[in-house]
Amino acid sequence: MFPMPSTSGARLALASTLLGVLGLCVVAFALRSGRPRADFAFTGGGELRSLDPHGVTGVPEGRVMRLLYEGLVARNPQTLAVEPGAAEGWKVNPDGRTFTFALRADARWSNGDPLSAADFEWSFRRMLEPATACEYASSLWLVEGAREFTTGQAADGTPRERDWSRVGIVARDERVLEIRLERPTPHFLPLLSLHVFAPVHRASLEPLQQQFPRDWATRWTRPGTLVTNGPFRLAERRIGEVLRFERNEHYWDARNVAMRTIDVLSVESWSSALNLYLAGELDWVDGAIPSSLVPELLGREDFDPRPYLGVYFYRVNVTRPPLDRREVRAALATSLRRKEICELVLKAGQQPAFSFLPPQVGDYRPPRTFGESPEYAEKLLQDAGFADAEGKLDLRALELHFNTSEVHRDIAEVAAEQWRAALGLEVRLRNQEWKSFLDAQGKLDYDLSRSSWIADYADPSSFLDIWTTGHENNRTGWSNRQYDELVTAARSERDPARRRELYSNAERILMHELPCIPIYHYVSQNLVDPRVGGFGQNALNEQSPKHWYWRSDAELEEVRTQSTRRSERVESHGPKEGLYAPARAEEQP
Amino acid sequence: MRRFLLRRLAWFALTVWAVITISFVLMRSVPGGPLSSDRTLHPTVEAAVNARYHLDWPAWRQYLQTLGPLNLDEHGLLGDRSDVFGGILAFDLGPSLQHRDVSVNEIVAQSLPVSAALGVTALGWALLLGLTGGLVSALRPGTALDTGARVLSTLGLSLPNFVIASFLVLALAVALPIFPVAGWGTPAHLALPGFALGAPFAAYVARLFRAGLLETLSQDCIRTARAKGVPWRQVVLRHALPGALVPVISFLGPAAAGILTGSLVIERIFTIPGTGSHFVAGALNRDYALAMGVTLVYTVAVYALNVLVDLAYAVIDPRIELEKDA
Repeated sequence: MFPMPSTSGARLALASTLLGVLGLCVVAFALRSGRPRADFAFTGGGELRSLDPHGVTGVPEGRVMRLLYEGLVARNPQTLAVEPGAAEGWKVNPDGRTFTFALRADARWSNGDPLSAADFEWSFRRMLEPATACEYASSLWLVEGAREFTTGQAADGTPRERDWSRVGIVARDERVLEIRLERPTPHFLPLLSLHVFAPVHRASLEPLQQQFPRDWATRWTRPGTLVTNGPFRLAERRIGEVLRFERNEHYWDARNVAMRTIDVLSVESWSSALNLYLAGELDWVDGAIPSSLVPELLGREDFDPRPYLGVYFYRVNVTRPPLDRREVRAALATSLRRKEICELVLKAGQQPAFSFLPPQVGDYRPPRTFGESPEYAEKLLQDAGFADAEGKLDLRALELHFNTSEVHRDIAEVAAEQWRAALGLEVRLRNQEWKSFLDAQGKLDYDLSRSSWIADYADPSSFLDIWTTGHENNRTGWSNRQYDELVTAARSERDPARRRELYSNAERILMHELPCIPIYHYVSQNLVDPRVGGFGQNALNEQSPKHWYWRSDAELEEVRTQSTRRSERVESHGPKEGLYAPARAEEQP
Repeated sequence: MRRFLLRRLAWFALTVWAVITISFVLMRSVPGGPLSSDRTLHPTVEAAVNARYHLDWPAWRQYLQTLGPLNLDEHGLLGDRSDVFGGILAFDLGPSLQHRDVSVNEIVAQSLPVSAALGVTALGWALLLGLTGGLVSALRPGTALDTGARVLSTLGLSLPNFVIASFLVLALAVALPIFPVAGWGTPAHLALPGFALGAPFAAYVARLFRAGLLETLSQDCIRTARAKGVPWRQVVLRHALPGALVPVISFLGPAAAGILTGSLVIERIFTIPGTGSHFVAGALNRDYALAMGVTLVYTVAVYALNVLVDLAYAVIDPRIELEKDA
């Protein structure tokens, strides 16, 4: 009747003890990685896609690429002007097509190997090889013969054998690299300063690819194996947790690099990133700050939103009636009240957009071609025949398509309400999870679809190319021959004023035809410790980590008194004594 | 015992196969693919990426590769496999399509111990708080102590773990900086997430244990033991406890499964590099290999935990025979 109590109890005790010990072992094993705090820590979101510069596209990846690699040219972190990178200088032939780069004599890989022009030639070739599957390969097609090399087809579509000798990229000697373009392209250098045009180390990658043709990628980008040429090198990688970088002592400018270690934390939730920042675990956070928190942060000295080269807009499916009529698209564009969206929903100082390009892109100023007037919109529709006998507007219900996110929903709700109030238009909201959303947008399965575009480099071409006929990022069905001609002409126009004019005319057509309805222009949303010096404040929100350092108390005080911005001071978690590059320390009093 | 385990093993194989097949079909029937992004690829480049990851293969061939590594060609099912990524039968979950320079095996190997540690801590909290609460309630039924414990357990059951987590962070990391707000690396990093994850289960354990104890304590055998003069302490510890623990132990299987799959929210809030976030991200990013890998790991874990619980019954209560149970 009774279970044997003593035996049962003993077994129970034994089993629980064993389980407890096992549990402690698991905990101890999982916690075995103890790491001291790095000199600088930041996050750009979740786990990165890759550390291979030819395998990434995103902004967070770009940040890390600038730690690890250095291309031929770099960007000034304040002005975005093109500066020498691994090349100490370059020469452009009078025809504007041939660029000759001279590499630095002291440029080295992180293992001490010299960095040669042949390394760059091989890296560009790797980008263009279809097998590499580099997403940015097509942006290098402005190099002579490059398109043919990737596609294996001549311009007329006939198959042609791939032949590297026909591509205009040649290492003339150890330190001289020559790049010949199809036609003069003024934005070539700004484009080349993008992080994807970085060199990769042939001597370590090629043998790995031969030995492990299928999974070389998972073996290559590891600490100890990955050889890079940037100011930092990979020291540790823990998936979903952290990337630890150490200063690359072989970097040609290592004496001017202040930080000895940098951690890039993988933080997916924005509120956790904010908590970590406030607790001093992170020194810089950049991300989509929930707009409910923005007003609280706006008064702080460590949160200073600046114009950012990005535009938030609605794509219009011009293949679907009634949106195939320009008047309808124009009525939609002119009946919004963008200021309301910026001030009530976004709150961080985003600017209402009346052009596709932001107010200042390099030295280009976009034309303003339309304004906001519900009366004008109503008249447009009436004149176009979308009204019944009494003049009441009669338009079918439209669907506004967006990917699931709180802020997109808020904006869509406000826009739908504004359209309803102004035009009596019924707008239904349809949200989809990101990948399904992209699928639907790509298949033109929408009326109006939320979109955004962030520039790769500060030039109108980075925005206007996508609207040319058949461009894979057009996704509206819109096509305009005159627009195509203007953009093509502008691309190789060498007179800056004439070039701006061509782009301006192209944008006028775009904003007259309105296959896209601009809503607002972005601002950057950096939360950065006030003690961080050398932080890049520029329209691409791009950083050059080699310039970062910690300000001493004296310098911090000086910066604060000089600042014209009235803001609440916040406590800094950085080292009080500062952390300087040796060269800078000499300049300090 | 052996028959029981063999039988379970056969069912295990069948379950895993079903999970693989269903996951495979589901993953590929949702719109969008691993390559879709807001910057559409040029068709030539897209074709090259597809070819690199064999996404251009017909679905049945990809299925064989996932299952295998099998490559049905002119050499038969086990033909030329030089171009095939690893397969489940070879314990190789293949390369991740989203995190291009890590394999799914690596992701699992790095993240599973983390999730396990978090799960163990949560289970530890659940048992510690649950058993204590249940014991106190059952021994002093109807008192303020009992009511208090029951109110707490109702709270624990009704509050979702992320609400508890947010309160804990606010109170014990921000207002009183005792614990780190988030992150990973030291035992202190485990305390809050472990508690938040374990709290609802602690509440449930408390209820089960209270009910179990009250029931056992009202049985005739207990009254007999008391009448024979066995001290109260011994009656509770030796006679009532093992019987009252049976429902708790049978709950541990589902609890462990719940902790495992429920950890993803907690891992996100506390930025813990566990498996949970990969579970969701794998599916959202259409990272077929990663989603399949994590699903499989969860399947195996939940199955193994349930077998363990069945075995534990026999340890605690010899009246339960495994053969009959199976």
